[in-house]
Amino acid sequence: MLELKGITQIFGGVTALNNVSFSIHANQITGVIGPNGAGKTTLFNIVTGIYQQTSGQVIFEGSDISGIPVERLAAKGMVRTFQNIELFGQMTVLENVMVGLHSKSKSGLFACSFKAPWAIKEEHRIREEAHEWLRFTGINQLADVQASNLPFGKGRMLEIARAMACKPRLILMDEPAAGLNSQETVGLAELIRKIRDLGVTVVLVEHDMELVMDICDRIVVLNLGQKLAEGTPREIQDNHEVIAAYLGDDE
Amino acid sequence: MKKELIKYTVFALCILLAPLAFSGNYLMNVLVFVGIHTLLAVALNLLLGYAGQISLGHAAFFGLGAYGSGILSTTYEWNPWLAMLVVALVVGGFAFAIGFPILKLKGHYLAMATLGMGIIVYIVFNEWVDITGGPSGFSGIPNLELGSLVFDSDLKNYYLVWSFVLGCVLLSVNLANSRIGRAFRAIHDAEVAARVMGVNARLLKVQVFALSAMICAIAGSLYAHVMTFVAPPSFGFNISVELLTMVVIGGLGSIYGSFLGALLLTLLPEFLRFMHDYDIVFYGGLLMVMTIFMPGGLVRGIPDLFRRITGLKNKKGGAHA
Repeated sequence: MLELKGITQIFGGVTALNNVSFSIHANQITGVIGPNGAGKTTLFNIVTGIYQQTSGQVIFEGSDISGIPVERLAAKGMVRTFQNIELFGQMTVLENVMVGLHSKSKSGLFACSFKAPWAIKEEHRIREEAHEWLRFTGINQLADVQASNLPFGKGRMLEIARAMACKPRLILMDEPAAGLNSQETVGLAELIRKIRDLGVTVVLVEHDMELVMDICDRIVVLNLGQKLAEGTPREIQDNHEVIAAYLGDDE
Repeated sequence: MKKELIKYTVFALCILLAPLAFSGNYLMNVLVFVGIHTLLAVALNLLLGYAGQISLGHAAFFGLGAYGSGILSTTYEWNPWLAMLVVALVVGGFAFAIGFPILKLKGHYLAMATLGMGIIVYIVFNEWVDITGGPSGFSGIPNLELGSLVFDSDLKNYYLVWSFVLGCVLLSVNLANSRIGRAFRAIHDAEVAARVMGVNARLLKVQVFALSAMICAIAGSLYAHVMTFVAPPSFGFNISVELLTMVVIGGLGSIYGSFLGALLLTLLPEFLRFMHDYDIVFYGGLLMVMTIFMPGGLVRGIPDLFRRITGLKNKKGGAHA
């Protein structure tokens, strides 16, 4: 599904990532974990086209996507969410999700201005599908609320609904549980499983270990810009190097 | 959607019937200018209010439209309608071409780049005397004609200009409520997130810039044929700032707000004649008061004020009961 080959990222003189390689398997939930400064977010930004890596390749469904502009990835089937939710604040919840359908619609400037019949039809479809994704994430009753007025937890749900509206085959979530209370985190775990059950591959960077161990099929551990380990949650929990990285060495 | 249709119908009826309520050549003449300013303000609002990209050089596109139409239809004796169309397309193309490098910039840098563009174009109007007539202006531009109908009176010009405004407002409202309009607002609110959703921010910004320039060029062509005379001061930096003021005072991101802004800022000078050169002080004050107390512009500020007043009354009533 997604393959990272020897990703290295150097900022100035600092090596943020050093020759990191691993694969993400289709239809699984993969967690990327590691202590602060391990390079998780940098890795995320490289995969999603926001940073350009110093060297290495990102292979998505067999083709090299290194250096492809961010806006082309949605159409290829990859989408992400942000750690500090990035909503379109001045727009309603529904409109936010409707933007998510941008890559799945194509009426142009003139068709929209002149209300061409196909543009009207497409607009109806966009609206319907957007409502469906709001129901999927359980916030349809908030459809007409301005996004900037949402509480944080609902904002997170909206961000996921908006990302899902792109109909991705791969969704990357940057710390989806950050800022959520325990009840909301339980809801999030359920939602992520529901997303996987739709056949969407999920990758998350997360600090909430309970959540990661609970929902992930596989885990990749980064430390100091290098891959430390990968495996099932059980394997990771028993891995001495991982424990040492998190808690410090015993000696 | 229905709400938009009702709003538009009311707006169109008011415009069409206004000449019955107001008469007199002078007032009609002022309303013609309100119309031209509305076109310009709507154009700038699409760029600034929706897509969030500033321009301090929009008077240049207005001027290019005016001079382009004037020169083609007078010096080269083109059909004025054809000239208007060709000039709009050429100005749109010009904006599209300069849009790619300019719109890479953000915030203050974009403001400076568009300001520079405006000043360069202004200098060309002023200095290229052989073609533009230089500082003394360019005169003898013919009126527009439609069959045997010649747009030579204020009333005829009123209907000419306002039919363009009604068309432009309709198309802009449609656009604003479409996937493209949403993409503009998404770019405005969170550009990176918009791009992640597949919105080609760079291309859309250039497109809206070109569209905005085209509308300004059409407004310029109308201006040239209505006035039959154009001169550089009508297209200078202060006009760009006046347009910006109209958009902000009317309400960013509201098409009808642009009409209110254009109406207010075109009528005010007529009432402020007695202040002579000090009217600029009044504008400055107005802009300050507006941004402090009505940051959403007239179109959102007035309903708010209304709610607040009626809300106060209700509260008082409640206390007495």
